[in-house]
Amino acid sequence: MRPILMKGHERPLTFLRYNRDGDMLFSCAKDHTPTLWYADNGERHGTFRGHNGAVWCCDVSRDSLRLITGSADQTAKLWDVKTGQQLFSFKFGSPARSVDFALGDKLAVITTDPFMERTSAIHVKRIAEDPEDQVSDSVLVLPSPDGKKRINRAVWGPLNQTIVSGGEDTVLRIWDAETGKLLKESDAEVGHKNTITSLSKAADDSHFITGSLDKTAKLWDMRTLTLLKTYVSGVPVNAVSMSPLLDHVVLGGGQDASAVTTTDHRAGKFEAKFYDKILQEEIGGVKGHFGPINALAFNPDGKSFSSGGEDGYVRLHHFDSDYFNIRI
Amino acid sequence: MTIDTQQQKTSKFRWGEMDEDDDLDFLLPPKQVIGPDENGLKTVVEYKFNDEGNRVKITTKSRVRKLASARLNKRAIERRSWPKFGEAANEDAGSHLTMVSTEEIVLERPKALGAKAEDTKEDGLSQLTKPGAVLMVCRTCRKKGDHWTSKCPYKDLAAPADVFEDKPPTGETSTASVAPGPGKSSYVPPSMRHGADKNAMGSDMRRRNDENSVRVTNLSEDTREPDLMELFHPFGAVTRVYVAIDQKTGVSRGFGFVNFVSREDAQRAINKLNGYGYDNLILRVEWATPRPTQ
Repeated sequence: MRPILMKGHERPLTFLRYNRDGDMLFSCAKDHTPTLWYADNGERHGTFRGHNGAVWCCDVSRDSLRLITGSADQTAKLWDVKTGQQLFSFKFGSPARSVDFALGDKLAVITTDPFMERTSAIHVKRIAEDPEDQVSDSVLVLPSPDGKKRINRAVWGPLNQTIVSGGEDTVLRIWDAETGKLLKESDAEVGHKNTITSLSKAADDSHFITGSLDKTAKLWDMRTLTLLKTYVSGVPVNAVSMSPLLDHVVLGGGQDASAVTTTDHRAGKFEAKFYDKILQEEIGGVKGHFGPINALAFNPDGKSFSSGGEDGYVRLHHFDSDYFNIRI
Repeated sequence: MTIDTQQQKTSKFRWGEMDEDDDLDFLLPPKQVIGPDENGLKTVVEYKFNDEGNRVKITTKSRVRKLASARLNKRAIERRSWPKFGEAANEDAGSHLTMVSTEEIVLERPKALGAKAEDTKEDGLSQLTKPGAVLMVCRTCRKKGDHWTSKCPYKDLAAPADVFEDKPPTGETSTASVAPGPGKSSYVPPSMRHGADKNAMGSDMRRRNDENSVRVTNLSEDTREPDLMELFHPFGAVTRVYVAIDQKTGVSRGFGFVNFVSREDAQRAINKLNGYGYDNLILRVEWATPRPTQ
């Protein structure tokens, strides 16, 4: 396959997100402008101007009309995807690390970093249908038990009943989305041994995958939080994604960006690694980035995927037909 | 798609009043389009004159396929017509933000574990049977296929005498310096001849070299011996520099050795250059230690 290279960002990529129909791709980077691309040919459609810091995360509503972004400028912003206009800005006292729309797009979960005296927290916001009626009050605030440790990702559980979070304290937690009660914690024995960097849900919300700096990715049941599978990568994992079509997971990562210049370029292993979801065996690797991979996303049709790297490039890969016939 | 051309001889036109360049298209039957049928086959029949003025019938058969855009749903097609915004709205055409990679990227399958073990097991003899392969075994460090004995980075470090004595001569090898076994007619330097005083000079030299050899690792690929010489000679007299080059690919393997005349100079070089940033990499400079015997 010949990947499409998109050079719209001047700084490292942080997050990639497809819309539900799979025709649009949103990219976030440490420069201040999230960008919208066509997911088939990689043409740039628009940039969302307004943030004043690195943008860590984004999510798009099911109807592809609203975008929410979380940024290091201590705000999370709502955008109109059609025009690129900012609709609303949630202000926090610390950087917003991750954002996720609930089913139905009536709620959003936003996590904030520990900053000065503030501890890491999970905020649930109500998203008004008309941006005029939007208020900035949180419906629910869940303080992290270990507030000095950053929460890297929080997503909605099945039917919006729970919130699943993971971060620097290596523990995965399931919270009740109504009451804010902590329902479950992952077992320290089988859990990650280092910071959880990424978390990605299956299309049907039944399970999810986490990537960690302990050089593994793990597959978990979303209701019971039991460990299902472990994928061992030789390098820290920064990004994970699951194929909606085949039983494949893809891990992205590479050595720490600060160590890149001190070692030989062959040592980096900056490839997107494909694993069989069930057999936990490596299927193959897709090379190309000149730095660690920070973001990965599968197209909802499962026929293409994109990766975003520390090198500032988004690489959009449309699979060749032989990918769909891989046998281990 | 198939194009079959049938020539139909026609009587030459002898209309004197017509110019040569005149268009004769009106004399041809009209273009016919048949299909596409249920298999997507479309047939186009055209007529035209070729250079000699003959009438030619061209039948073009093509298969019509539904375009990929059929996959897009109605909403997605509508979104396509949305005006661009932000920086994309006034993007000049030559900005080339989106490019198709010139490089073909394949999903690289990891090597099966069994195959890998076999590869390493493959010894020099089996390499010899392969066409074009050379049996290249360094007699000093016993490394196969990497370098000749004369180029061995460890040749100064090896225990001197026994290398030549307890190994049988390997006459078949095409190594540059053949071991001087007894009965061989090749030239043997006086210091290495039987009965020569081996301890007088050679081993002393080796001892000294052994101590003053400095290993440099994490070199960049394009570092060559003159570069190392330039880097190290300010510290004192250098007797030898060596950069390990991969025989197959011709690129540096990322390490090398530097020998100093005096130990103090070598120590100063180590102190100064260990952790030194050279060609975007950080060098590791340390005393070369002899490899543990296998």
